[in-house]
Amino acid sequence: MDKKPFIHPYIPNSVPEVKKKMLEEIGVKDIEELYEDIPPELRLKRDLNLPEPLLSELELRRHVEAVLDQNISCGERPSFLGGGCARHYVPAICDEIAHRSEFLTAYAGEPYEDAGRFQALFEYESLMAELLDFDVVNVPTYDWGQAASTAARMAGRITGRGKLLVSDTMSPDRLAVVRNYCHPVMSLEPVGHHKDTGLLDLGDLKAKLTKDTAAVYFENPSYLGFIETQGEAISSAAHANGSLVIAGVDPISLGVLKPPGRYGADLACGDIQGLGNHMFYGGSLGGFIATRDEEKFVMEYPSRLFGIARTSVEGEWGFGDVAYSRTSFDKREKGKEFIGTAAALYGIAAAVYLSLMGPQGMRELGIHILQKARYAAMKLAKVPGIHLRFHSTPFKEFVVDFNHSGKSVGEVNEHLFEEGIFGGKDLSKEFPELAGCALYAVTEMTTQADIDRLAAVLKSYLG
Amino acid sequence: MDIKQDSKLRNFHQAKWDEEVIFELTNPGERGILVPGVGPGVEKAAGDGISSVPESMRREKPPVLPEISQMRVLKHFLRLSQQNLGADLNVDVGQGTCTMKYNPKINEVFASSGKAVDLHPDQDERTVQGALRIMYELDLFLREISGLDRFTLQPSSGSHAILAMASIVRKFHETRGEGDKRDEIITTIFSHPSDAAAAAVKGYKVVTIYYDRTGLPDIESLKKAVSGRTAALFITNPEDTGIFNPRIAEFTRTVHEAGGLCGYDQANANGILGVTRAKEAGFDMCFFNLHKTFGTPHGCGGPASGALGVSKALVDFLPVPIVEYDGKSYSLNWDLPHTIGKVRAFYGAFPAILKAYAWIMSLGAAGLKEVAHIAVLNNNYLLKKITEIPGATAPFAAGKRRIEQVRYSWEELTKETGVDTHQFSLRMADFGFHLWSSHHPFLVPQPFTIEPTESYSKEELDEYVDGLRHVAEEARLEPETVKSAPHRSVVHKIDESTFDDPAKWAITWRAYRKKHGNPAAEGGTK
Repeated sequence: MDKKPFIHPYIPNSVPEVKKKMLEEIGVKDIEELYEDIPPELRLKRDLNLPEPLLSELELRRHVEAVLDQNISCGERPSFLGGGCARHYVPAICDEIAHRSEFLTAYAGEPYEDAGRFQALFEYESLMAELLDFDVVNVPTYDWGQAASTAARMAGRITGRGKLLVSDTMSPDRLAVVRNYCHPVMSLEPVGHHKDTGLLDLGDLKAKLTKDTAAVYFENPSYLGFIETQGEAISSAAHANGSLVIAGVDPISLGVLKPPGRYGADLACGDIQGLGNHMFYGGSLGGFIATRDEEKFVMEYPSRLFGIARTSVEGEWGFGDVAYSRTSFDKREKGKEFIGTAAALYGIAAAVYLSLMGPQGMRELGIHILQKARYAAMKLAKVPGIHLRFHSTPFKEFVVDFNHSGKSVGEVNEHLFEEGIFGGKDLSKEFPELAGCALYAVTEMTTQADIDRLAAVLKSYLG
Repeated sequence: MDIKQDSKLRNFHQAKWDEEVIFELTNPGERGILVPGVGPGVEKAAGDGISSVPESMRREKPPVLPEISQMRVLKHFLRLSQQNLGADLNVDVGQGTCTMKYNPKINEVFASSGKAVDLHPDQDERTVQGALRIMYELDLFLREISGLDRFTLQPSSGSHAILAMASIVRKFHETRGEGDKRDEIITTIFSHPSDAAAAAVKGYKVVTIYYDRTGLPDIESLKKAVSGRTAALFITNPEDTGIFNPRIAEFTRTVHEAGGLCGYDQANANGILGVTRAKEAGFDMCFFNLHKTFGTPHGCGGPASGALGVSKALVDFLPVPIVEYDGKSYSLNWDLPHTIGKVRAFYGAFPAILKAYAWIMSLGAAGLKEVAHIAVLNNNYLLKKITEIPGATAPFAAGKRRIEQVRYSWEELTKETGVDTHQFSLRMADFGFHLWSSHHPFLVPQPFTIEPTESYSKEELDEYVDGLRHVAEEARLEPETVKSAPHRSVVHKIDESTFDDPAKWAITWRAYRKKHGNPAAEGGTK
């Protein structure tokens, strides 16, 4: 390769004649001269030590596909994994639009030549707003954890207070994100739950609300799957204390479950992965933050907020940034938190998804998941040695207690693995009190046959 | 103004469908997609589902989503896509600092594989050996490219990586009992706004170094700024001006002597791959934007990845988990004694990780260096061509070479014609080009920033230059044409007056209807 010119298909101007012409135009003999400002002691004086390249597309394809073939996916085996990422059905049109070159390879053009992405993301905000029953939704941030973090910081700035109370059933992974993001500006304090239902302990909440409490954060449905029925009571207690309420919600539940503003939440956040986006090893997440259309809330967003407007041509729609002066793009460290690239394409896929589903689709899907989860919970509860940990209504996830089966979750999951099933997530490490328990998730992708087989395998293993 | 005969400029016209807002397409009763039933077995055992939900938690009114048949939904979003100018379609050199290079289609094939899209992050590690291997090997590649010792792939953009750096800085000083004492992070005005903003999120006071007369950050200002309060320096190099800071090692030495850490913002790394590295420049941390330098698509603003590398002394502070390999199998290590915790759920934006891995595997060491060389060649070629256009200048460091981008100025043209850089960029849209100005504040008057990368042929670069030249001439001959642009793009002059007015702004369709009434009543879209 050192001998002959290196012309990679991705690099047109490597052709020697072209290179020569361009160098002549610049007035230098060698590309090296263009690096004259980099001092010799900073120059790497050897070649990078990287694997030999797979120059032809065919060789590259063989290699990468062989590596990917080492994976076994949830498309090949029934899976009962959830906990912040779940396998929902992705309509073909969501993939079609998300793969369009015009969207996939665009970035940061003006609302003129990039009118399409501005409109698609405005529509994303608008469709989410209907689902969430709020008037303001941001262009997506990284994920639910970031959305919850920013909602907390917004609440901190709005109230001028420094503490966030969090339900202690929240996702530990997400809690770690929020904890890091808030430190050292805000502190976090957990609020306990009832051991038999998982529901938030209102007494503990009231005891912990102080004049420094900026907001109370809880999840609904919770990370542990149950529907939190005390939203109104939580909100009343928080509001009486001058604190705000942040609800983390699964948007796919909102065709059937009450939207968070209706039980008093001031801010809602969550993830759009389930809305037309594949799981991608937990890599295709996108966070939303929703609130009321009040200046004091809107002006605290760090996110892009795309608004709709008219143009100089009658009847024509245009789009653009609302209150851009809030952002760090405009004001650097004086802006609200920071803004940059995040998860816009997943927002566009979610817009397509919600447009396809419509109100009926979201309701039917919500009911479908409720029925399937209930069926799965009932079916597993009949297996000797298995109990359901909480006596409360699950949406798509529920906690299965193996403590009376004589087997650990690890042993159960190993057996299921051998039987070609991905068992539920072991909660032992995340929640010491839930040692011996696992979080099972069911979606529309889970068939009755999958559930029946899971129950049968567990019955013969534990029975 | 007519396009000159010898010009490579295209007589472009963007698609304009005059497309409705999606809510205007609703026809009650239409369905876009159907949901399968649960089957009689489940129905019989589990009931109707909804009765199990306590009444107080049931949704009373259905969400007011539009009801649209499938083909119409498809058509709507296809039309919106045509009203958007992706890099695959244009000579995308005008979004300087964004590194709009070719995103190979084969990598999209990989990213569509069921072996990638259908992986759950909590699967048994034995079933995700391929995914873990890709993450581990990408870490190895980036270690070699930077000279640092370990990468996390969790941060999901450059800004996010800066947040992770600031978190590591804080934790590092806290473990040494200096968490509160070291409360300042130093950055430079030509570094990305997030170098300042994400540091402030972590409670830091931001100290900003300005440039000297050569356009480089002023070392004397840095020497005055460092003290026992210095927690870290976050700096880009080359900065957005494209000038490589030759004294960068002196910067890191100065900060280290004061007890601070150094974080290298390598968002602009495309011109220095295999040429110069973070390690030799003395940095403790650096990050790469996989969606820029490493060929993964920008997706209208994400998904993205800001892979963050650290030196040995800081590995224990990384977010968890990181991927380990024992010679036989790959696993996730959650046990780092000083970890900052997490900056995002699970492990990172896997689609970007996978595509960057494939991109590096396709190019290898020689290819990466060629990427850098040609990006720099293209940039200096454009520097020559653009500064030949009357009215265009490249402020600072006259005669200096630039690395992979240049921040230019239309100041002279604006003085002469009254056409400003924003108007200029909107006229460029009429020819199918993006032209971006600069981050704020505008330190270069009437700025525009060009970064050609390695992806565009000489002919395409010439076409872009012809576009700039055409519009500059037009600004002199018929300035109104430029000032009233765009004419052949998607929409006309947007009435921006509502965007900063809380009584009028509308961030959602329902807010628009509340504030401005039902558009159907005013005659609809058309």
